[in-house]
Amino acid sequence: MRVSVLALQGASALHEAALRALGAETVPLRTPGDLDDVDAVVLPGGESTTISMMLERNGLFEPLAARLGAGLPAFGTCAGMILLADEVLDGRPDQRSFAAIDVAVRRNAFGRQVDSFEADLRIEGLDGGDFPAVFIRAPVIERAGPDVEVLAAVDGRPVLCRQGPVLVAAFHPELSDDLRLHRLFLDHVTSLGPVLADRATAD
Amino acid sequence: MAENEAAVTAGRETGTMRVKRGLAEMLKGGVIMDVVDPEQAKIAEDAGATSVMALERVPSDIRRDGGVARMSDPEMIEGIKAAVTIPVMAKARIGHFAEAQVLESLGVDYVDESEVLTPADEAHHIDKWAFTVPFVCGATNLGEALRRISEGAAMIRSKGEAGTGNIVEAVRHLRSILGDIRKITQADSAEVYDWAKQLRAPVGLVQEVAETGTLPVPLFCAGGIATPADASLVMQLGAQAVFVGSGIFKSDQPAVMAKAIVEATTNYADPEILAKVSRGLGKAMPGLEIDALDTKLADRGW
Repeated sequence: MRVSVLALQGASALHEAALRALGAETVPLRTPGDLDDVDAVVLPGGESTTISMMLERNGLFEPLAARLGAGLPAFGTCAGMILLADEVLDGRPDQRSFAAIDVAVRRNAFGRQVDSFEADLRIEGLDGGDFPAVFIRAPVIERAGPDVEVLAAVDGRPVLCRQGPVLVAAFHPELSDDLRLHRLFLDHVTSLGPVLADRATAD
Repeated sequence: MAENEAAVTAGRETGTMRVKRGLAEMLKGGVIMDVVDPEQAKIAEDAGATSVMALERVPSDIRRDGGVARMSDPEMIEGIKAAVTIPVMAKARIGHFAEAQVLESLGVDYVDESEVLTPADEAHHIDKWAFTVPFVCGATNLGEALRRISEGAAMIRSKGEAGTGNIVEAVRHLRSILGDIRKITQADSAEVYDWAKQLRAPVGLVQEVAETGTLPVPLFCAGGIATPADASLVMQLGAQAVFVGSGIFKSDQPAVMAKAIVEATTNYADPEILAKVSRGLGKAMPGLEIDALDTKLADRGW
């Protein structure tokens, strides 16, 4: 499986390492050509304002939006979750997002860096016990649409959600040594396999 | 799903090394810009900075004015915090843990224990483990970097020579740190002890470097970046992000220069994009020869 990891800014290298440890082939995504022949995309943490600007300046926003619209499976963490969201609260007025998942996300909802935290998170459908989740100036999901599955929450607020081929996390699975969420995503991509092939041909 | 099942099952832990280092990981591939007021902070954010460093005077002005350089006025730091949504860093003097305590209480996102300010302690750096806020420290070589990490620094930056617009010192420091890391990975277990002795660094950290081939925390570059090509150079040498001090707001067109350096940092390995963003920037900041300096800021720190 070939997974494109958005590498404009942020923690892309740690995602690549996690995906490779699970046997996936990874491609850093900087220009539209890097999207050719990939089976999935990962949008890492970083500064969502910076990444959103660089998506425009590198001519990547429209091509990636088109692939996501055609059902390319995507996993977004922190800033990546903000980029995939339908609505961004407390963002910059010019900040664009892909609306690939029907959620409204509030930036920096847990406060500043001194409030960043680690917590053991119970995740729906994940075997092997609680997940060591690292929240860095983390966003939160304020509204999840009717078709969105909430897989984990903090204080009753969703922090891990899935809708069809899109998985989003407010925290950073790439910062812990636990590969279970990356595996969950890759398994999900595999299960969507035939659908994907059809869509790739349709492109 | 029942709400109680979705709840956090254990308490939250703040200020862990993973959390401190985590923010540095999120800043990789980006540009952290020195700003002295909310207007500059907005220009920086509009240009795509990942973070701003709030300080009273940029290093080239500190160098020109002389005197004792201290932590910035809290009011000014709060003004900058209110102006932007990206992380805000601020500088404390080397060893001045009271300034660091003030910065932590203000809610800054990273404290830079910086040689650009006048040192407050000639023998000791701040015990950074005692804080919830993460620290970045400067280093000129691997030993210095590992000593700062042993004191709790969650990010290392090259010192370079701040306020000169001259990249030569940052290159020297990066090459020294990364070159020694490459050599240590070839050392046998007995040689690693000698490396620790020579570097004046804890043997445990040297062993970790020998095994992983990297610094235990992210390595950024600071001190002398004045052009997009400077940013590309240090990224290609192995820096994971860049700090730009005087290089932006002492150039002819700060907003244009800021944007160009951001694009150069993302696309550091693409000479065509670098050529494109390097056009029409106007004058870069005036540069200084290192040999002509009265004070070398990089000599501060122990």
